[in-house]
Amino acid sequence: MSVLVDDDTRVVVQGITGGEGKFHAEQMMEYGTNVVAGAVPGKGGQEAAGVPVYDTVHEAVEEENADTSVIFVPPAFAGDAIFEALDTDLDLAVAITEGIPTQDMAKVNKRLSETDTRLVGPNCPGLITPGEAKLGILPGNIFAEGNVGLVSRSGTLTYQVVDNLTERGLGQSTAIGIGGDPIIGTNFIDALELFENDLETDAIVMCGEIGGEDEEQAAAYIDEHVDTPVAGFIAGRTAPPGKRMGHAGAIVSGSGTGTAESKISALNDAGVPVGDTPEEVADHIEEFLA
Amino acid sequence: MDMRLHEYQAKEVFADAGIPTPASQLASDVDGVVDAADEIGYPVAVKAQVHVGGRGKAGGIKLVENSEEAREAADSILGMDLKGYHVDQVLVEEAVDFTNELYVGITMDRGEGKPVAMVSTKGGVNIEEVAEEDPDAIAREHIDPSFGMHPYQARKAVYDAGVDRAVARDVSSILKTLYDLWESKDGSDVEINPLMITDDDEVIAADAVMNVDEDALFRHPDLEEMEEEAAGGDELERKADEYDFDYVRLSGNVGIIGNGAGLVMTTLDLVDHYGGEPANFLDVGGGAKAERIANALDMVFSDENVDAVVFNIFGGITRGDEVARGINEALEAFDEIPKPVVVRLAGTNWEEGMEILNEDLVTVEQTLEDAVERTVEYAEEVNEQ
Repeated sequence: MSVLVDDDTRVVVQGITGGEGKFHAEQMMEYGTNVVAGAVPGKGGQEAAGVPVYDTVHEAVEEENADTSVIFVPPAFAGDAIFEALDTDLDLAVAITEGIPTQDMAKVNKRLSETDTRLVGPNCPGLITPGEAKLGILPGNIFAEGNVGLVSRSGTLTYQVVDNLTERGLGQSTAIGIGGDPIIGTNFIDALELFENDLETDAIVMCGEIGGEDEEQAAAYIDEHVDTPVAGFIAGRTAPPGKRMGHAGAIVSGSGTGTAESKISALNDAGVPVGDTPEEVADHIEEFLA
Repeated sequence: MDMRLHEYQAKEVFADAGIPTPASQLASDVDGVVDAADEIGYPVAVKAQVHVGGRGKAGGIKLVENSEEAREAADSILGMDLKGYHVDQVLVEEAVDFTNELYVGITMDRGEGKPVAMVSTKGGVNIEEVAEEDPDAIAREHIDPSFGMHPYQARKAVYDAGVDRAVARDVSSILKTLYDLWESKDGSDVEINPLMITDDDEVIAADAVMNVDEDALFRHPDLEEMEEEAAGGDELERKADEYDFDYVRLSGNVGIIGNGAGLVMTTLDLVDHYGGEPANFLDVGGGAKAERIANALDMVFSDENVDAVVFNIFGGITRGDEVARGINEALEAFDEIPKPVVVRLAGTNWEEGMEILNEDLVTVEQTLEDAVERTVEYAEEVNEQ
């Protein structure tokens, strides 16, 4: 078992005829992901990355039984593409696109409360169940099959931590990049709940960063509901207040909310050790599983 | 990221939408200030147009009573350095005689994933401090973005805040206008602080903040035009804008280049962990090609505080061979490498990258920890020389 994605997942790639969409559709298939269709308005009837392209997500579902979408649509049109995925009742939509206007995401967020479709992202690397399938742009070769669940707000930081884990033979059940935007679909708590209920996940890594209060809320959730051991990492300890560090969400406000200290102490209070370095996170996981 | 309009730009936008603002003129030289002040009539305020909080305390706002004082104020404010920002323009504005100051604003509540309207009778001071010390002094009303603000919500926020009944209707109408602007212009934070109430119950926006979502500028050509004028920051941050990097200048001497915000932040934290001080945050983004990598090095070398540079790339979309080509290209252009560079490559095509990389020009480390530790050592050595 694993969470959200496995080798039965049937994927439609929205934006499959674009450079990124096509390249990563091929990469996903090479990894073993069951990509069954593409959806690009006006390109119906063509073929891309070896699969049929449809004008609408609806057709891709009707014709190819797709149940999951991976979205590589440019930011100006991505909000609309996510709505299309949500309104087609897929199980899961993964939005890779970076730079979607925040107000578009606020409208998407409203719709999410009315639908059963889960959204991961946007502005995220996607997710992977090693040895089975990946949805998104994560480099498959650094992952290994195993029992560590990983959830992270940042893409390349995920790779760094995974690299530290894999190096020591600590494989992963599923790794989920939830994205660095202020408004996202699946959050830490959703991912922690999935891992807690997954029989194949025996330890969890949670990588957060400065900004917002998601990590603090996740810490409270862990305290109440999570028995699986969790190790944490928080990026941005040295970030000065008022300066946005790359991600739209990564900012310590002038009044001091969203700081690394507040997140680390909340996690520690919930019994979660927080590594000073990615290497130390792997140390904690090794201890949990020893 | 947000694009911040200057006060005078935001006031133009507000005035166009029907929000009352004081009479004002923009000026960029001393004579212009005096002419504007004479025309508006005294007293007037002379206000530096830079993106700095607490302009008044720092000497960037002066109240003047006559032409002579206007000239003095213009002399001292124009060209001054206000917390690192050079003042090129001032707004000359009618001074409003007020009896009360309110705060009204719209922002995105990221925890709720929806916009929130805020009203407080504690205007004229830093609202973040009010939020911390006396959170009940701010009335909040969340808005469903699919419907926009219902007029009753504007009234509710205003009554909840305890705004004087005599001006409640006007303030509600301004709040509703402000929300509509926030929505139609893709605002991130839009606020009026203070919203002044005069003794004959007139309501006037004495200051104006309008920050808009840079990711949405593609659908606002009018705001995009204002962006050029609104550009600020120090020289290095402007250069970063030209190169289109996510860059933040810090005060240390260890230059940092990497891909992906979380990993670059982690690299900063590790520099601190090993006893060094970061000089900057620089994220080259995903899929950077050789030229962009070379620009990143040029960017960091432009900061004279930098004594050593760590280059940490974990390739997903970004390819190690492109990174190596960019580093070679940038460094081979120098007769002598300005400052030591430590490189750590991992992920996509890192082996190809290592073959290409000219190891005579850089120090290579295998892990992130080793790379940072080595760079901190180099920075100390260079600094001592």
